[in-house]
Amino acid sequence: MKKATIQLETLACPSCAMKIEGAAKSLSGVDKDSVKVLFNASKVKLDFDDSQTSMKDVEKAITILGYEVIKSQVK
Amino acid sequence: MQRFILGKKNWIALISGMLIFIGFVSELGFHREPIAFWAFAIASLMGVAPIAIQAYQALRVKVVSIDVLVTIAVMGAFLIKNLEESAVVTFLFLFGAYLEQRTLNKTRSAIKELTEMAPVSALKQMESGEFEQVEVDEVDVGDILLVKTGAKVPVDGTVLSGEGTINEASITGESLPVTKEKGSGVYAGTILENGTLQILADRVGEDTTFGKIIELVEEAQDSKSEAERFIDRFSKYYTPGVLALAIIVWLISRDVELAITILVLGCPGALVIGVPVSNVAGIGNGARHGVLLKGSEVIHDFSKVDTMVFDKTGTLTAGNPEVADKEIYGDHGKELLGYLASIEKESDHPLAKAVVNYLGDVPYYEIEKTDVIKGGGIVALIDGHRVAVGNPALMDQEQVHLSEKARKDIARFEANGNSLVLTAVDGELKVILGIRDQIRPGVKEDLKKLKKLGVKNLVVLSGDNQGTVDLVAREIGLTEAHGHMLPEDKSAYIQDLIDKGHMVAFVGDGVNDSPSLALAQIGIAMGSGTDVAIETSDLVLMNSDFSLLPHALGLTKATARNMRQNIIIAVGVVLVLLASVFLSEWMNMSIGMLVHEASILAVILNGMRLLSYRLKKFNL
Repeated sequence: MKKATIQLETLACPSCAMKIEGAAKSLSGVDKDSVKVLFNASKVKLDFDDSQTSMKDVEKAITILGYEVIKSQVK
Repeated sequence: MQRFILGKKNWIALISGMLIFIGFVSELGFHREPIAFWAFAIASLMGVAPIAIQAYQALRVKVVSIDVLVTIAVMGAFLIKNLEESAVVTFLFLFGAYLEQRTLNKTRSAIKELTEMAPVSALKQMESGEFEQVEVDEVDVGDILLVKTGAKVPVDGTVLSGEGTINEASITGESLPVTKEKGSGVYAGTILENGTLQILADRVGEDTTFGKIIELVEEAQDSKSEAERFIDRFSKYYTPGVLALAIIVWLISRDVELAITILVLGCPGALVIGVPVSNVAGIGNGARHGVLLKGSEVIHDFSKVDTMVFDKTGTLTAGNPEVADKEIYGDHGKELLGYLASIEKESDHPLAKAVVNYLGDVPYYEIEKTDVIKGGGIVALIDGHRVAVGNPALMDQEQVHLSEKARKDIARFEANGNSLVLTAVDGELKVILGIRDQIRPGVKEDLKKLKKLGVKNLVVLSGDNQGTVDLVAREIGLTEAHGHMLPEDKSAYIQDLIDKGHMVAFVGDGVNDSPSLALAQIGIAMGSGTDVAIETSDLVLMNSDFSLLPHALGLTKATARNMRQNIIIAVGVVLVLLASVFLSEWMNMSIGMLVHEASILAVILNGMRLLSYRLKKFNL
């Protein structure tokens, strides 16, 4: 399991946060309970299994919704 | 294409606004209906594009969002050829979103200021020995970094060489320059005002004290209270519920107009944003004033506090005790003070430090054996003598005889507010030292403010003797005072208060009070910001500034009130709108959207008031 922190462009509507959360949870390899969208900080934090999915896939799932990824960090 | 449209949302809003204007002018002013028709049609189609894209994305991840409701409503209006309405509704929705974003950024500004203080670059020593500028993320533990005058310290570290003065305001809130030299610890985010330092990186990124503060505040502003989680669950079913209601109404009445009006009116916008807005503004105000609040649950609990329990040393008092009185019994050789200093030097108890400072330069002796007696003092074997240093209880235990005079002296010292350190050599009392700690300036007024804000019980718990504690309590106006308390007694006392149904806040310096900090519903740490206290407590007063406490309480009360107002505004607006669809003639989609967007702005603006919150002056 790896821990990812993704900084997004400023989120403006709470339903954006819900969408991003939904998108991240739908990826296989992402620990559903770990997904946390920080609405005010415009950050996403989640744990994922890097044998099943990659950081690129996670980022893609978010950008496809129309939210720009500014920075991401994996630990 | 999708991203292009979403990125140009604000332009779309502007253009569709102009088209709507053209439409109305040509329709009402010049009666050129065809021009009006096309203007409204283009405005609708343009305007609905970004909303529809968002709706589609939401549906893909199984979320029925507001966008979905609005998209269906607009398409419905379009189909029944009510183009005016569809154009106005999309415009208002987009324009509202723009205003929301602008105002939201304002409410977040206080916390943004904090995160922007984070260092971004560092001068790192490369293999060649030269220093090169790198991004702060590229610094690892163990790297050697150069910090020049005017630069931010990039990581937490230890000074290897050089000297300088640092402004640590970002960590401690105190902007007095602190001198740093070889071996001193430095903190990320602080500013080197003059000098040059080479430092060894000990902690980097989120592990630094500054990183932890930022993470704490960021998590706090997005933390959710019980009420908010309820609203979240509620809105998850609410939006599909509105959709279902609209469909049912349409099936029964066959009135498309009515059905789509319900869709627009039912949008829960202000409800989902109202509470987070108050939360972020309240926490932001705190962060700006040196009060770190760990989330909305803390705000909620602290606003209802009725009992505050204080630790004495370092909390109500300045925490720098000094020897104020001394009484010597019999004659003693030079060794006595040396014994005392040697024993106390080993201890990090604040009283022991005061004794060592007081004794100054005396010969030290080697200690053969020491026993620390919890809540009593220390017994040591030194130079062939058995030396006991501690309070009267320890003397009792050691069967040291206290003469009539000694007893009187003890009573007098205690009445003066001293803590006592008695020293006995081989069972014979030799010296009593009375140590006093200055009460923090302004504490009395701050406690009065807390009472005015509705705190009923102000209690001090201390390991000191009852006389000292009583004196402090009388002087600053506490309602209760208990001395002779061990850390476990303190937490038992707090548990008792909680069991009796009180909402209890414990205020301590976090050094030896961690159990009480963790146990009380609200643990408040008087931290210099560098302790573990940041982690164990719910609320941190930076720079150990006691006067922040009334501000913190007033702020949480104002924030909790603000949240309630926002919930009332949001729920009230939706209820009134839905009722008026069925009961009034004048309600339509456009007015509904206008009221809806206005209510969102109303809750954001209401939340924004918290940013400038200040404790009002009391007549003390």
